[in-house]
Order: sequence, then C-alpha cells, then structure tokens
Amino acid sequence: MIEVPEIQPDDGDGDGVQIDLISGERMANLRTMEKIRLILDGVHDGNIVILEEGLDPDEESRLIEVTMSEINPEEFTGIEIETYPRPSSDDGGLFNRLMGRESDPDNKLTVIGPANRIETLHKDENLISALVTRQ
Amino acid sequence: MGLLTDLRSSISRVTAKLFATPGQEPKRIGIYGPPNAGKTTLANRIARDWTGDAVGPESRVPHETRRARRKEDVEIKRNGNSVTIDIVDTPGVTTKVDYKEFLEHDIEEEDAVRRSREATEGVAEAMHWLREDVDGVIYVLDAAEDPFTQVNTMLIGIIESKDLPVLIFANKIDLEEASAQQIANAFPQHETVPLSALEGDNMDEVYDKIAEYFG
Ligand SMILES: Nc1nc2c(ncn2[C@@H]2O[C@H](COP(=O)(O)OP(=O)(O)O)[C@@H](O)[C@H]2O)c(=O)[nH]1
Ligand SMILES: [Mg+2]
Repeated sequence: MIEVPEIQPDDGDGDGVQIDLISGERMANLRTMEKIRLILDGVHDGNIVILEEGLDPDEESRLIEVTMSEINPEEFTGIEIETYPRPSSDDGGLFNRLMGRESDPDNKLTVIGPANRIETLHKDENLISALVTRQ
Repeated sequence: MGLLTDLRSSISRVTAKLFATPGQEPKRIGIYGPPNAGKTTLANRIARDWTGDAVGPESRVPHETRRARRKEDVEIKRNGNSVTIDIVDTPGVTTKVDYKEFLEHDIEEEDAVRRSREATEGVAEAMHWLREDVDGVIYVLDAAEDPFTQVNTMLIGIIESKDLPVLIFANKIDLEEASAQQIANAFPQHETVPLSALEGDNMDEVYDKIAEYFG
C-alpha cells in the first residue's frame, strides 16, 4: 500500500530508486547506533529505507540528532520520515492488521528517505503515498 | 495496586513540597515545537511578564532561534504561591534543513549556509537537552496549522517516553483559521491550553497551568 510511483529496476545508470526493506529480526540484533548507521547509510545513498518495525522513541531522538549532524549544504538536506500506525492512536493500523499482529507501538512500519528526493503526498490511517524523485 | 501507587506518589509529592527549600534548583522547562509555532514569542512574553526582559529575537524567518536560549530564575506568582523555572527556548525540531530556504528570505548565500549549519547544531542540541536536561516541556503548536505531522508525533512520543510533564500550547488563536480544538483532538492524552503569545490572550490560564504542572 505504499505507492511509490515509477519504480523501475535499476538499469545501471544509477538513476533508479532503490528500496531497502529491513526486517524486524535484522534490526532486533543491532545496537541503537548500528540501526541509525544502517538507516542513514541507505539514505545517504539515495535509497528509500522501510523498517518493518519502527524505532523506539529514544532511537528516534538519536536519529534526529545524528541526521542533524550530517546535514551538509552541498549534499544532504536531511530526512523525510513517516510511520504507521500513528503512535498516538490505539488502533493497530492497517499494516498490523494485515500482518495479523496485535497493536504495539514498537511495531510501526517506518518509511525514511532523503528529504530532497521523497515527498509525502498523502498520509492517512490506511495509506502513505509518497513521490520519489530521481537523483 | 493502582491506588497504592497513586497514594505513594501523592505522598512523595507532598513531602517534596514540604522539604522544598527556597534555594531549590528551579525546574528547567523546555519550550519545544515546530519552527514558527511562536516558541520565542511565548518565551519572551513569559520572561517580560515576570523578569522584565526578553529571551531572543522572534522572526518570520524559520530557524531564527538557532541555539537554545535560557532565561533563568523566572519566578511566576500564582494565588499566593510562587514557582521558579528556567525557561529554555529551543530551535524548532525538524528532520531536514535546506539552506536554500533561507535564500527565499533575502538572505545571502554565505549567510544562509551559516544559518543552516547553526540551525542543525541547534536542533541536535535541543534533542540532546530533551533526553538529558529538561524537567518539563511546553509543546507549542500553531493552531492554524495541521498538528498531525510526523515530527509532532515523534516528539510527543519522545517526551512521553521520558515521563516528563508536558503541556500543549495551541498558539495563535487570534488568527481566524486557528482551531485549538483540532490540537486538543490530536493529543487527547495531554492538556491543551489555547493562547495567543503575540496578543497576550489567555495568559492567566497559561500561568495557572505552568504553576500547576511545573511547580
Ligand atoms: N498571529 C500570531 N502570530 C504569532 C503568535 N505568536 C507568534 N507569532 C508570529 O509567528 C512568527 C514566528 O514566531 P517565533 O516566536 O519566532 O516562532 P518560533 O520559531 O517557534 O520561535 C513570528 O512572525 C511571530 O510574530 C500569535 O500568537 N499570533
Ligand atoms: Mg524561535
């Protein structure tokens, strides 16, 4: 349900859009800074990073802090981030229901991308619609 | 169980008040929220109302506040009691800063690059403060803007995870498009106080709530 228009396989000239889908299991074994590195390294490469399970609040706070320290006028303007479900709502949200899971705030699907390439067009309880532009 | 813990926490609150000495460290209250919500305008109003001078410049240019600014020992008197707080005005938290945004405000390129670097350092510092150094949070939102943003949701989540007392301020209610109700609906688990920091509307309730939550 994440509509990312015009995704085509990378044809080799480096103008495709790469999506890194990182499983909860993969993240579970990493320390906070390792998670943040994994995410930001992907984003620096221009990829869209999708986390099956989101970050906890402390990790989100560090992600913002590290992102800030890496912003550089010529190359990196920061990140766009969207999560599902909204942590403030008690409803588990579509993705959790689809995956047959109980509602759990740590279980929020998270989409992170380079701020200069991803633009959220629309977001509601059921849909993230994002426009990804090529580099 | 719940009753016992409630009892215990109210006893510790009472004893904390009893043993509070006049020389006690003031609580450090961080003013957080997105850029342009009116954080500095609010911080200045509080500082002017109770100390006579301001915290820092307010501006339509985003990221005018690029470093956290502190106003110490602000004593707020309420109904015969007084609470003393340090207010920390922070840069608006964001996940992105593009120096080109500054160029739209007639700022030269070199200055824009410098401002954006300072802004990123300021946001990083504000996040660090939130994790380590604040005792309470005033979260300021522009009531004429959509509160359902990812940054707001994340920040409120971070604040909740730290168990910090938090008040949500629905600012700019002087604007016709403003809806304090929409802000209250977005964060039903917290107390929302409507105000206009610019016009000084509803400041009595603002100070009552500050005394109640952070006293
Ligand atoms: N109409 C209106 N404008 C306000 C209010 N509070 C602040 N502003 C304006 O919003 C802009 C941003 O204010 P500022 O305090 O610098 O925001 P900050 O980035 O959150 O610190 C300035 O132009 C202020 O004059 C308010 O209560 N009503
Ligand atoms: Mg400011």
